[in-house]
Amino acid sequence: MKQVLLTVKENIALTENVFKMTLEGDLSGITAPGQFVNIKINNFYLRRPISVCDLEGNILTLIYKVVGKGTEVMSKMGAGTVLDVLTGLGNGYDLELCGDSPLLLGGGVGVPPMYLLAKRLVKSGKKVSVILGFNTGSEVFYEKEFAALGCDTKVTTVDGSYGIKGFVTDALPESYSHFCCCGPEPMLRAVYKSTVTSGQFSFEERMGCGFGACMGCSCKTLTGYKRICKDGPVLKKEEILWED
Amino acid sequence: MGRLSVNLCGTELDNPVIPASGTFGFGYEFAELYDINCLGTFSFKGTTKEPRFGNPTPRIAECTEGLINSVGLQNPGVDEVIASELPKLKKCFHKPVMANVSGFSVSDYAYTCELLDKQEQVGFIEVNVSCPNVHSGGMSFGTEPSAAAEVTSAVKAVTAKPVIVKLSPNVTDIVSIAKACEQAGADAISLINTLMGMRIDLNKRQPVIKNKMGGFSGPAIFPVAVRMVYQVANAVNIPVVGMGGITTADDVIEMMMAGASAVEVGAANLINPFACRDIINDLPNALDRYKINNIRDIIGVVK
Repeated sequence: MKQVLLTVKENIALTENVFKMTLEGDLSGITAPGQFVNIKINNFYLRRPISVCDLEGNILTLIYKVVGKGTEVMSKMGAGTVLDVLTGLGNGYDLELCGDSPLLLGGGVGVPPMYLLAKRLVKSGKKVSVILGFNTGSEVFYEKEFAALGCDTKVTTVDGSYGIKGFVTDALPESYSHFCCCGPEPMLRAVYKSTVTSGQFSFEERMGCGFGACMGCSCKTLTGYKRICKDGPVLKKEEILWED
Repeated sequence: MGRLSVNLCGTELDNPVIPASGTFGFGYEFAELYDINCLGTFSFKGTTKEPRFGNPTPRIAECTEGLINSVGLQNPGVDEVIASELPKLKKCFHKPVMANVSGFSVSDYAYTCELLDKQEQVGFIEVNVSCPNVHSGGMSFGTEPSAAAEVTSAVKAVTAKPVIVKLSPNVTDIVSIAKACEQAGADAISLINTLMGMRIDLNKRQPVIKNKMGGFSGPAIFPVAVRMVYQVANAVNIPVVGMGGITTADDVIEMMMAGASAVEVGAANLINPFACRDIINDLPNALDRYKINNIRDIIGVVK
């Protein structure tokens, strides 16, 4: 983890309420796809945890959805805004586990962390398949970007207005070596039931600190209690304990 | 003795800044970020007789200038703390540490304190009779003078280390509880623990926190803390450790002028992991700003 000042370079709408922000600065704290950063926003007490979408040199890309007042303020920030950010939080995805033909599944704002993961996997010579799930056609983003990396990219929409009708689990390929997923919990549960290989799941929880100090985001797993922010957000399929 | 040094129950602290229990784990997350030996000491994660997962999530809700938590004393239990956490801590922290203890019965408190008393690393025992997040325990001992005194006596009977009783602000007369603890042999009082609070998600029409209510901390509660520290410090003859929303070196000075011999910093650590280091580094400048020679000179100067 590092505490750094990052400067907003660009902050644009991708859909009605999903925004893409690029930031410039020292990003050496970020060590793996699937990690997140925690952003201080003026007049809000807690930081806002946002997953890393892309990292190229000293440029960081975040894609976030406006879900409350803090992210609404974020969405209005202009170029040149300087932000106090904790970088390199969480464990991230383990690329070593992915095999030769990994499957990446992202739902809604669970799509962004799949991008840097896909990029790294493609770079290391893997044959990457991606399934991006959204509620409806107007919410779709980053399909072209994944395709441009060379991934076999499919889009599903719940209402069938774009791509394959249904959930990401309705578009699973015949075979894959391993899977990585991020999205809302109902999607994660469906992926858990529908997949046949080992896999990694990224979880979300309301956080206090984001770096393991407060125990605000703890969960129970088959291998003991874990802090989503520090021991996660990525958990392996075999350690997940679903609580009803 | 440096300008920042203070004496707490017979132990010299290099400075009065102590990270508060529950915001600093067992120290080593922070030791990755800075040398935590710059701290006066720190109060480690509230420890109970048995391991605890704590409350269901969400456990955190944001507020204006603060947050509500309902962690519920998640900790690995005293045996594991002694077997694993203290040896890990020994590698990165070389000062006497403050052990924070909670319980669900008087005998729980005594059991846990007796084990921690035998640990050389432990320099102080902070007895939490004020956790708002556990039922039939914690705070219930801190809302009645007689119950707080009973816990204090039981703990004093099993340890020779200084016992600091941590009080809840969720009471009508904190002074009577502080006095009862003093009479029962407490070596110091620390206050305030969190204020009971609640937030509601307007879209879901439900509390943000799964447990509905939790403990409210952060800069928003600082004035309440200063007032209560002032009241208690003027009523007892033992040292008072002040806490509640401290974020800056100026806050430290204000709390000490109100009567605190040392201070604890809680929520600020969660927002700025370097908060305690930054406060300590800024304290000499703050002393100059207010024409203070030594920080111990201002303890309780406000009458």
